[in-house]
Amino acid sequence: MSINSELAKNKTMKVRELLDQKRNKSSLKNIVEKCIPVFLFLIASVSILTTVGIVYTLLSETIEFFRRVPIVDFFTGTVLKPLSQNPQFGVLPLVIGTVTSSVIAMFVAAPIGLMTAIYLSEYASDKVRKTVKPLLEILAGIPTIVYGFFAFTFITPLLRDVIPSLQATNILSPGIVMGVMIIPMIASLSEDAMSSVPNSMREGAFALGSTKLEVTKKVVIPAALSGIIASFVLGISRAIGETMIVTIASGSTKNFSFDITQSMQTMTAYIVEVTGGDAPAGSTIYYSLYAVAMTLFVFTLIMNVVARYVSRKFREEY
Amino acid sequence: MEHVNQTKVMRRMNFRLFKNSLSKYIFLLATLFGLVVLAILIYRVVSQGIAWIDLDFITGKLSTQPERAGIMGAILGTFWLMLVVAPVTMFFGVGTAIYLEIYAKKGRLQGIIQTNIANLAGVPSIVYGILGLTVFVRVMDFGNVILAGGLTMSLLILPIVIVASQEAIRAVPQHLSEASYGMGATKWQTIKNVILPVSLPGIMTGAILSLSRAIGETAPLVVIGIPALLMPFPGGILDKFTVLPMQIYYWTLDSSLVAEYANLAAATIIVLLVALLILNSSAIVIRNKFQRKY
Repeated sequence: MSINSELAKNKTMKVRELLDQKRNKSSLKNIVEKCIPVFLFLIASVSILTTVGIVYTLLSETIEFFRRVPIVDFFTGTVLKPLSQNPQFGVLPLVIGTVTSSVIAMFVAAPIGLMTAIYLSEYASDKVRKTVKPLLEILAGIPTIVYGFFAFTFITPLLRDVIPSLQATNILSPGIVMGVMIIPMIASLSEDAMSSVPNSMREGAFALGSTKLEVTKKVVIPAALSGIIASFVLGISRAIGETMIVTIASGSTKNFSFDITQSMQTMTAYIVEVTGGDAPAGSTIYYSLYAVAMTLFVFTLIMNVVARYVSRKFREEY
Repeated sequence: MEHVNQTKVMRRMNFRLFKNSLSKYIFLLATLFGLVVLAILIYRVVSQGIAWIDLDFITGKLSTQPERAGIMGAILGTFWLMLVVAPVTMFFGVGTAIYLEIYAKKGRLQGIIQTNIANLAGVPSIVYGILGLTVFVRVMDFGNVILAGGLTMSLLILPIVIVASQEAIRAVPQHLSEASYGMGATKWQTIKNVILPVSLPGIMTGAILSLSRAIGETAPLVVIGIPALLMPFPGGILDKFTVLPMQIYYWTLDSSLVAEYANLAAATIIVLLVALLILNSSAIVIRNKFQRKY
């Protein structure tokens, strides 16, 4: 009896120890488990901080710029002469340069990108699709500086044989090359939209006696329209933000004109020119950098938000 | 059948069929356009630059004389830049993806972060350059060194890495993590021992592809300010540096002054494209070799 109670006592001692040990261990584990979400949240907030950082730096320096140059003069001014004795800071020449190059790019990219998407989604066999898509991805993966080199040393001389009045730096050549750069993006996004149109709809139209072209034109494209338009808007946004091609091939003339054979400066190219020229911090030129960047940022942000809104809001659900 | 004009219908039908078969070739031509331009671009660059590539060009220092110029400094600079970019983006990219996919409650905050990442992916690279110039170069006073350039590049490709990692984590089958929970594992143990190992090939593929974007990116570095003619090789992350795309940029700009610079630019482009090719094919190899189906 006494031996037994002794044993029982010992045993309870051991179990209690084990329990304590377990509790200690799990409390450590609990601490780790509680800390990790907090830690990961801090990591995730870096992306928020990046946005805050971009908006804060652009905004604070832009406000300083508008203290020196009236906001109305900036947005309505047609003369940009940052380096003259009597500096003038009108953003419109840059806006025209940006819009012109983007329009030229879209003239190339929209029809060819869309037709490529139609071919890949409606006509091509699986085998062709599997070869062409990676090749287009290579086109999309080529660094923009390489496109800039290509525009400056190949496309411009080529175009000058056709259009003798073309300047050595002009907006036409980088516009075209930018279009080529955007083709894969529009093709792939539009193709995604078209492939998600259910086959039953195509079959219905075929059964009524439509040809493939008619099915594509009257069924597939209308059904995929939201995705196609979103891909165009994203393409424009890409063209607006593109820097190296226009910096290299379009020069730095700040003219308020629409002549595409002439050199025109875009907003992005202006930023490159100013930062490359080592503008002293605190000068008005230095602050103009931020005002132009803010304009660029707002342009592209609006485009991206519109693209997402269009593709979500107007998507036809089948 | 009197009301149907047979000849008219036949003619119209033939026209429709003609349009149909013609359009097929137009669409094919449009598809070929992009590929032909790609072929011309590559042929043009290679034919112009290949003769300039030799051991001296790869291992030499920069020079104003085209015959003596080499790109070792730019190669080392690119390498050092990646040594900063790769760990920083992996850490923050995968961390954010784990938080969003596993810990974050589906709701307002998670939606805000997700929308924010989508918006960041659309911000032009030059705006990141201005952020880097202001925050890393001026406010934190690093100067235009590898660390500043690398952190700027990391912020630029972070959205891509986050989205790719999220997709990889989402692709891990539910029954694997449920089995882990069923064995009594905690959330973190499950992430560490089950989810991350399974999704690693997908994460690596996305990370490598985004690194190749960073290698080719020029605009942010132009804004940060990279010297045009830098002689000493970088030896650490606090050294000044140049990278391959910057060298292409300067040589292309000056090719109107010295014609041979265009050939140097072409030769550098070949080196850059080969580097990208190696990176991208290693990503494809990882994807095909290590991605298991469950």
